[in-house]
This record gives sequence, structure tokens and C-alpha cells, in this order.
Amino acid sequence: MPDMKVNEKHVTVGKQFHDDPRMTMRNVNVFYGEKQAIHDVSIDIGKNEVMAMIGPSGCGKSTFLRSLNRMNDTVEGCRVEGEICMDGESLYNTKLDVVELRARVGMVFQKPNPFPKSIYENVAYGAKIHGLADSRIDLDEIVENSLNKAGLWKEVKDRLHQPGTGLSGGQQQRLCIARAIAVTPEVILMDEPCSALDPIATARIEELIKELSENFTIAIVTHSMQQAARVSDRTAYFHLGQLIEVNPTEQVFTMPEHELTEGYITGRFG
Amino acid sequence: MDKLSFENHIASRYDEELEQIFSQLMAMGGKVEQQVQLAVKAILDSDSNIAERVIQGDKDVDRMEIRIDEDCVLVIARRQPTASDLRLVISVTRAVADLERIGDEAEKIAKHALELIEHGPLMSGYTVVSQLGVSVTAMLHNALDAFARFDADAAMRTIDEDKQVDQEYKAALSELDTLMASEPALLKQYLNLVWIVRSLERIGDHAKNLCEQIVFVAKGKDIRHQ
Repeated sequence: MPDMKVNEKHVTVGKQFHDDPRMTMRNVNVFYGEKQAIHDVSIDIGKNEVMAMIGPSGCGKSTFLRSLNRMNDTVEGCRVEGEICMDGESLYNTKLDVVELRARVGMVFQKPNPFPKSIYENVAYGAKIHGLADSRIDLDEIVENSLNKAGLWKEVKDRLHQPGTGLSGGQQQRLCIARAIAVTPEVILMDEPCSALDPIATARIEELIKELSENFTIAIVTHSMQQAARVSDRTAYFHLGQLIEVNPTEQVFTMPEHELTEGYITGRFG
Repeated sequence: MDKLSFENHIASRYDEELEQIFSQLMAMGGKVEQQVQLAVKAILDSDSNIAERVIQGDKDVDRMEIRIDEDCVLVIARRQPTASDLRLVISVTRAVADLERIGDEAEKIAKHALELIEHGPLMSGYTVVSQLGVSVTAMLHNALDAFARFDADAAMRTIDEDKQVDQEYKAALSELDTLMASEPALLKQYLNLVWIVRSLERIGDHAKNLCEQIVFVAKGKDIRHQ
């Protein structure tokens, strides 16, 4: 592997921009105190696109993902510079309501984290606080639709008022996806959504990602390269906080442009 | 990727598995190259022992094909190769099929050599076989040499050699046609030579296929049928 100095101006190779972007990020730098975690990253995520972000541990992919719905605001000492826009509007505008933003850019985490409430309440909660339902009938409809889209309705329709935490890990993760969908987001961010799941539950989530991309834009951080290869349209490779390459997924896994990408996906990265 | 190698995987066993597959491919290439050379020698020297050796040797070629294919299937199942590793494994599975077909053509040549020896060798017609044999064995050698080094430029040059082989093949057929017309009593023997030059020409085509796989491995480009 060639020696890469992170402070040098790096040029991302491949196709980092999109003709029909939902999110546009330009010259994004993220700092934790003095330490710079993300270096000058520019990338678009297209409408209804599934973008996979891969790279070794500590490469900054999760930090970058969390910048996309301002989850990093909650981290003390974290500073985000550059431009992060959705549909042309800056997400770091001080007038922007962050709670509303996180409804528009939902997030699914590594470990399923349902609220300690019923399955129904888990899905209904966001819709209620965002005023998306005028009546109980509306709310019932939102809950059913969201659980349906998350592929969970059939499994839970007869026990909607039992605790969400009583579901299996894979079901809990789909419940979290249903919860994110319930507030009609435009973008869903997924941070290693399958790493705590068995292969069958993983396959269900992957199937779901493909279906959800018909209605949503999805950015997924994953440690599983095969998962990135299976679910995404484009793949972004991060290394030491820099965005090395973005290309159509089929190209990244057969003929990557950058040798660092090649080294990582072939398992040569030492 | 400027340079292909099997090395430096974090899983060192993976390096060994790819190295093993590739060295088996090279061994199979060497065996097949020898089969072709011996088959041509069997005709030119009217040597039935050599012809028999080639026919027996084809069983080894077939075994090698199956073994390498199995190893490729295993490495795909175990390692899910990507990028240059994936291209390598896929190209090896394609290349062994071509090498096996070359082995079959060498066996056919050897069988025709035996028939010719049985009927009594001809007085003429061997020059064209010799000439085409030299061109085709050189082309096969160059293809295998380029494969050993993943040299896409050498592969492209070797692909060009196929045009020369095709011209020599046409010239050989034309000459054999003339000989058959002038000596109709020896038609059967001359037909053996026609089948032999046909096999040599096919070997040239398979060598060209090998070269296309080298370009696929080294450059990631599929140049088949272009």
C-alpha cells in the first residue's frame, strides 16, 4: 500500500457527483476537538439511490454519516465545516429545526434500539410528535403502513400492544426502520444496520433496503463488503478520513479505480 | 492496478490458494503446449509411439481441468474474491476450458497421425502442416508466457498472430485441395491432413481466447467478440 499523508490535498477518484442529487456535500471537514476526522469530502447522494460507505475502522465513514443529520451536534467538541445540503437547503442553517431535520433524515443504528414501549407506540410516537396524524384512525393507518413497508406487519399485527423489546433482533431492527419511515423521511441513514443480526435477519433487511429505495434515499455504512455489493447503487470508499473513491458498485467490486480501494476490498489492507 | 499479485492478503492462506490455482493453470498450460508439440512431431516423424503418448496424455489434461475448476469453485465459496482476485479466478475458469479444448485438438491430431501411419505416410503435404504447426505452437507459447506475466500488451500482440495463422490455414487447405485433385487415390490420407490443419487452426483460436482473458485480468476489459 502506498503511504498516504492525510494532510495532503487529496482528489477523490470516480463518480462522486450525481445528476439528480437529494443530498449534496461539499468540502466537508469534521473535527473532534483538535483532531480532524473527515478531510475535505465532497459527494452527492442521488434521489432514490442506495449509497454504501465502506472503509476500515476509524476511516470516518460513520462520522461522515452522522454529519448528514447533525447527530454529531450532540458530540461535545465536534465541529462540522463545509456544505451539507438536502434539496439545495443547508442542513447546518442555524434557523433549521433539528428535530424536524431528523424526521426528514432518519437514522437506523447498529444495535436495534426500540423504545421501551409497545410495538404500536414505537411507530406512532414520531408521527404524533410531528403532528402527522389528526385522529386515531390516521395514526393506525400510519402504523400499519410503516410496519408494512418495513416488512413487519404480518409478524406483529396481532401483538401491536406488546413491548417492542420482546421482538427478535431482526424484528427489532425492522421496527426501528418502521419508526423511521413513519415520519415520512426523504433520506434514511443506516449505520451498520445488520452487524448485530444473523444471516437470515440480515437478508430480510437487505431485501427491505432494495424495496425502500423505491421511495427513499438511503445511505448505509457497512463493514460487510458483500452487503455493500448486494444492496447499493454506488459505493464510497473512505480511508483515514478521506474519500478515496466513489463509483458504481459493480465497478468498485470488479475493477476499482484506486489502489487503496482495491487493497481494502480484496482483503490486502494491512 | 499496475501489477497483479497473489500476495499481501491479510489471510495468508488466501495468497496460497490463489497461487496454487495459478501455478496449476501454468502447469496445465505447459502440459497442453507439450501435447501440441508432440502431436505435430508424431505426424512429421510418422511416429506412432509419440501419437499414443499424446492420446494417453490427454487424460492428464482432463484431470487437471477438473482439479483447477474445483479449486476455483472452492476459493469463490470460501473467500468471495473481489476486484483483481475475482478477475483472476474467473479468467482461470475460462482459460482451463480453452486449454482442455486445445488438449482435445492435440489428441485429434495424434489420432489422425496414427491413421496416416497405418495407411502408409504420404510423400507430400507435410510442409503445410509443419509450417502451421510452428506458427500455432509459437502462438500458444506466447499466450501462456503472457498469462504467466499478466502482460496485456504481449497478449494483444499474440492475438494479432492469429491473423497469420488463419492465412496459413487457408493456404494449407488450398494446397491440400490441389494435392487431393492430383492424387485422388490418396484422398483418405489427405483428408487426415485436412483435419489436422483444421485442428491446428482451432488451437490458434483457443490461444487467442487465452489472450483475451489476460486482458480481462490485467485491464478489467472484456474484449471477446470484438
